[in-house]
Amino acid sequence: MALPNSLPRAADTHDDTATAAGSHEPAATGVEPTPVTASPASGKGWFGEHLALALILPLGLAIGWEAAVSFGYAEGRLMPPPSRIASTFQDLALYGDLWLHVWATLWRVLVGFALGAVAGIALGAISGASGLIRNLLDPTLQALRSVPSIAWIPLFILWFGIFETSKVMLIAVGVFFPVYLGVAQGILSIDRKLVEVGRAFRLSRLAMARRILLPAILPETLTALRSGLGLGFMFVVAAEFMGASEGLGYLLVDGQQMGLTDQIVAAIIAFALLGKAADWLLVTLTSPLIRWQDTVRERL
Amino acid sequence: MLTLSHLGKTYADGTQALSNINLEARAGEIAALIGGSGCGKTTLLRLAAGLDHATGGTISLDGERITGPHPAVAVVFQEPRLLPWLTVADNVGFGIDHLPRNERESRIEHALARIGLAEHAGRWPRDLSGGQQQRVAIARALVTRPKLLLLDEPFSALDAFTRASLHGALLDLWEDVRPIVLMVTHDVSEAVTLADRAFVMRARPGRIHDELPITLARPRVQTSTGFEQDVRRLLEALDEARQPPQTERAAQAAGHWW
Ligand SMILES: Nc1ncnc2c1ncn2[C@@H]1O[C@H](COP(=O)(O)OP(=O)(O)O)[C@@H](O)[C@H]1O
Ligand SMILES: [Mg+2]
Repeated sequence: MALPNSLPRAADTHDDTATAAGSHEPAATGVEPTPVTASPASGKGWFGEHLALALILPLGLAIGWEAAVSFGYAEGRLMPPPSRIASTFQDLALYGDLWLHVWATLWRVLVGFALGAVAGIALGAISGASGLIRNLLDPTLQALRSVPSIAWIPLFILWFGIFETSKVMLIAVGVFFPVYLGVAQGILSIDRKLVEVGRAFRLSRLAMARRILLPAILPETLTALRSGLGLGFMFVVAAEFMGASEGLGYLLVDGQQMGLTDQIVAAIIAFALLGKAADWLLVTLTSPLIRWQDTVRERL
Repeated sequence: MLTLSHLGKTYADGTQALSNINLEARAGEIAALIGGSGCGKTTLLRLAAGLDHATGGTISLDGERITGPHPAVAVVFQEPRLLPWLTVADNVGFGIDHLPRNERESRIEHALARIGLAEHAGRWPRDLSGGQQQRVAIARALVTRPKLLLLDEPFSALDAFTRASLHGALLDLWEDVRPIVLMVTHDVSEAVTLADRAFVMRARPGRIHDELPITLARPRVQTSTGFEQDVRRLLEALDEARQPPQTERAAQAAGHWW
């Protein structure tokens, strides 16, 4: 094969046609053909069809239950019909204290999340960075992790009292473990070859951390924070069952004691919406930081 | 001038990867290290890059000892090793962060134009083909204006067309800076295409078996008679390097005879 070597200048050669032409130049989105970016049109149709299918069951049940109650086939006391839940929800939002409860719950989750995340990142980082500390710390933390976290409640109440501190601490414990594990794992799986690039360019320790290590562990850290936040919302319910005078968990307990099933269901729906909104916010705020990633992030 | 003298490397597990390597390369010279796998080519390059320590002998660049990563030495690895979170332009500029902004940007722009990726400046590495990524890696090494450029089989994973175009890109960028280039290859025609001198290595322990000047005028055409002659000379030297040493050969012959 004749290949006159320095005649073809880089600017007008065709190595792209050899390696990647038809495949990715026109798409302009990358080598990976993903269902989300590759064919938006068909993707949308696919998504719409599935959404319609997914909605048949819950909508059918809701309409059926509504009809059953309104035609007198069922009483709707143990499970209120959708219309009553909606109006309870509306009343709580307009005249009741829904916002007070939402805010109380949200505040607990946020403070607990912040504490747990900071501790998880810090300990995860030193445990990932130093083998000695990892061997020292990790076995104990793994043992503590296998304690079902609700089991801490009595102890926390004795230690921190029945007010905010014990609630926030319980949430922080729930958030801590996934964050700790994710960060430590992220550091352990950093590509040694990229670290070597940093060494070849003579980066200082600080520059190495800032320019290579930090961006490298960012995706795993964000995923860990996301599951931490999810657990925070699970734990806040347990924390508010410990006895609270406000919060969505209080609405649940109160609804149980007063036999207000519509209030219970309304609080459950508020929990779901709040958790989803917090997750959405976290993903939306952080995804620009990891746009460079090869894989499309898990869809919402 | 790059001088390796009595360079040796024995790994912690006792593997003697290099023994008594002596090599000189003059300013602006392209030297190819060629040899089968396991000859210690990568080891030699890592020592020159300061990424690993020699267990004997010295490496010096213009009289200065190399004992660790050095600002005047740049490396291109076998894989592009671009940082996936930086755009193409920022990857090219990774090693010249300390320069004033204008200077940095004009070097990046110039290098990207040289490798034909000007319009890809804002893309992520994942959006480039393998050949394009390796060009970015070469540009990243050369924008630092090194005195010594080390390349470890940088084209071995690419197809023949891509490789030929990368040879062109490398020579273009090399023209701008004119560093000493020490490149590892196991491809004879690549060595004859690029190098002014080829060092043929042999294994166990890794050492330099022969040194061949390549004096063809550039641009070199693979179909020319001179090119074919040099390829043949180099192939012969490689064949020789693969033979077991004299004493062993005599023993083998004796065994056969007996
Ligand atoms: N880190 C290491 N530890 C021990 N032995 C090694 C190491 N790296 C390379 N070697 C050995 O040194 C010899 C030369 O390896 P290398 O420099 O990679 O050769 P080449 O690049 O020519 O294929 C081989 O026998 C290899 O197994
Ligand atoms: Mg090698």
